[in-house]
Amino acid sequence: MRRVAVIGVGDTEFGELWDSSFRDIGIKAGLSAVADANISADNIDALFVGNMSAGRFIEQEHIAALIGDYAGLARDNIPSTRIEAAGASGGLALRQGFIAVASGLHDIVVVGGAEKMTDVSDEESAVIQSSAADQEWETVLGATFPALHALIAKRHMHEYGTTREQLADVAVKNHRHGSLNPKAQFQREITRETVMSSPMVSSPLRMFDCAPSSDGAAAVVLCPLEQAKKYTEVPVEIVGSGQASDYLALHHRKDICTMEATKAAAKRAFAMASLAQKDVDLAEVHDNFTISEILAVEDLGFFKKGEGGKATEAGLTGLEGEIAVNTSGGLKARGDPIGATGLAQVVEIVTQLRGKAGKRQVKDAQVGLTHNVGGTGATAVVHIFRRA
Amino acid sequence: MATAPRFWRENPSRYNLVGIRCNSCGRYFFPRRAICPICHRKSVGKIEEVKLKGTGKIFSFTEVHDTLEELVLQKPYVVAMVEFDEGPKVTGQVIDCEASELQIGTPVRVTMRKLSEEGPSGIIHYGYKFVPVKEKAP
Amino acid sequence: MKVGIVSYGAYVPRYRITPDEIGKVWGVDGKSMSKGLMINCKSVPSPDEDTITISVEAARNMMRRCSVDPRDIGAIYVGSESHPYAVKPSGTIVAEAIGASPNLTVADYEFACKAGTAAIQTCMGLVGSGMVKYGVAIGADTSQGAPGDALEYSASAGGAAFLIGSEKMIATLDRTYSYTTDTPDFWRREGQMYPRHGGRFTGEPAYFKHVLSGARGLLERVGAEPKDYTYAIFHQPNGKFPTRVAKQLGFSDAQIKTGLLAPTIGNTYSGAVPLGLSAILDEARPGDRIFAVAYGSGAGSDAFDIKVTDEIDKYPRSKAPTVKELDSNLKFLDYATYAKFRGKILLGGE
Repeated sequence: MRRVAVIGVGDTEFGELWDSSFRDIGIKAGLSAVADANISADNIDALFVGNMSAGRFIEQEHIAALIGDYAGLARDNIPSTRIEAAGASGGLALRQGFIAVASGLHDIVVVGGAEKMTDVSDEESAVIQSSAADQEWETVLGATFPALHALIAKRHMHEYGTTREQLADVAVKNHRHGSLNPKAQFQREITRETVMSSPMVSSPLRMFDCAPSSDGAAAVVLCPLEQAKKYTEVPVEIVGSGQASDYLALHHRKDICTMEATKAAAKRAFAMASLAQKDVDLAEVHDNFTISEILAVEDLGFFKKGEGGKATEAGLTGLEGEIAVNTSGGLKARGDPIGATGLAQVVEIVTQLRGKAGKRQVKDAQVGLTHNVGGTGATAVVHIFRRA
Repeated sequence: MATAPRFWRENPSRYNLVGIRCNSCGRYFFPRRAICPICHRKSVGKIEEVKLKGTGKIFSFTEVHDTLEELVLQKPYVVAMVEFDEGPKVTGQVIDCEASELQIGTPVRVTMRKLSEEGPSGIIHYGYKFVPVKEKAP
Repeated sequence: MKVGIVSYGAYVPRYRITPDEIGKVWGVDGKSMSKGLMINCKSVPSPDEDTITISVEAARNMMRRCSVDPRDIGAIYVGSESHPYAVKPSGTIVAEAIGASPNLTVADYEFACKAGTAAIQTCMGLVGSGMVKYGVAIGADTSQGAPGDALEYSASAGGAAFLIGSEKMIATLDRTYSYTTDTPDFWRREGQMYPRHGGRFTGEPAYFKHVLSGARGLLERVGAEPKDYTYAIFHQPNGKFPTRVAKQLGFSDAQIKTGLLAPTIGNTYSGAVPLGLSAILDEARPGDRIFAVAYGSGAGSDAFDIKVTDEIDKYPRSKAPTVKELDSNLKFLDYATYAKFRGKILLGGE
């Protein structure tokens, strides 16, 4: 297996991008990654695109060909593949690109992720997002996507004494980080009070416990590590890649307070990287809800099960903490254009490891981790990156 | 939007909680599945359809305030994860009660209600919901 | 062959609204309306309830109280004027839900408020002739009154199911008599959301004429007098009509008290006499005799002579809720919530 490096990253702003279409944002992110990597179309061997539901958001399937086309790659007949795993689509696309380069099949691979969510009504968007859960045995019975996460939160509070305030602290921290990220959807700080007085969505989760709907795209360029120096001063190596699945419906899981898929994916990624949790300086984790980040920092092994809330409250996951979690603002503040999220996480980690994260720079960051989840935890993808 | 056959074929489970028992390990699963996720190949030929009793306890619950369009008349409503006496868990609404009357561990039993309807002219979907079981006064 | 009730089950939604609350919206003195109609409150179905869910719940309560194999049920008839589908039977869903499918016949009945008792009569014939071993007769409704209409103060929701057979009967259906004419006192046209009615024309020439004729016709045919009965029940569009009709026939308040549910749950239409009969069976003793007359606009009456058997002492009534128990865990609604529940508020985008 060849070692693989990220040689270019690019993204769009995240938010309500009324002026931009799906293809506009997909191309914008891709071109900026390609420019960052100092390559051109003739260097590209393959394209992978993470996307959850263009078919329902913009009534367009076959978006791999679409993105390839508008990226100007149609005449070169470059293979382009779409990857779908709900919220984990982006992370999984990265893994497919990684496998393609590591295997020796391709040299230069562009991996993008994009979602255009605001071309449908909020109601329709909620319906589409709920399709990441089990339609027949969860959604149909009245369990919305936030409701399923509320069931996790309620149980976590019951079993471990996690408090409402600790959930709020996740959002407060991520908004603080978002305020330092000029590309974040929300760049304003909030307080516990903001979260706890926001409208109830599904008890105990309130509006500020939930990531927003966003438009956005992100992309990265991969190549074999041995060629990386040709393109960039600071290659970032993907030293670990892990993926895992679990029961689709939350109620079938062994323990709803633990995402077994996260644990398994992390175990595989850390084993590949020959690294341990203590080696990680920063992590972008899948905080689509505040409770999700608490589960993530526990299941990734940064904190003991049940200690995620307390660790957050104690500031251990802030920029100056033991491990800086979601320095970009996370899904909560940077925004969550579903298919783009897994790649946006990579953009942040690479930016940090290059030392280019400005006000939110984690000092002397060497190792970073991304954690991308599909549904309520039926898919998890973990990648570990090291400054090469 | 869902179509009539997609719902119709699940009626045995939605109306009558038809699940399966794996006669290799004795575990119950709901809804039906073709293979036991614990026994794998050993379960082949040993999967038996069974009707669950419909009684259990609340494992976790939430009061839903922000919901999909077709459930807007019912909000706020309670969604719970219920653990059946036979073992499997299921997700469904808990009705005829206030969220404040419930806690983790509250016993419930199954009932049948409208789940949704496909607009005023479309098909109506029926299926299981849960009601708290009140201890009868002696 | 003797035919009778082998088991029964009832269901009434938990929500209630008072005439006072409704009157406040329409500038009507609800308190005096309440007094005049003898309705203190009426039941309201929740948005996820309809005639089918009420029928299923009643039929399941009926099955909980007996050990009859549902596959021995040869017929199910659901009587209602509020079937959720104009075309597509309610009864097929009930049949699936109690495990009676597929070897049986099913049909939905409609005869205003007496479709449920028409279903009982059909089952009596099928069982009596030996065509089926058991038949299920259900009367259930989620009736609607137009906003502001007099019916709005009474039209409610509920239903009951009866397993009709010839073995282990808790009560025998000894005789039935119907009286039917063409009298347009109340109707709802195809596609219309709310029924219309003839106002005071629904009284003397309609309800009273048919109930009295049905009752007298039955008494005459069985050679009985009101005093021969322990209980009596009459269709109850409100509390006032059955009370008055009972008095005219010579039944006492004590005889009609148990089956008179309109004051607490309102007019459950097709569910009214079936629910009243259920309330009586909840407390009846062996040897008790029950006189029942249902009325349906349009118009007709079904009268029944029923006798409670010794079997009722062995019958496990407590395996399902009694009508009294169903009239608990109540939640009173304001008119706005009621209007939302009953689909009286036009939602955007429809």
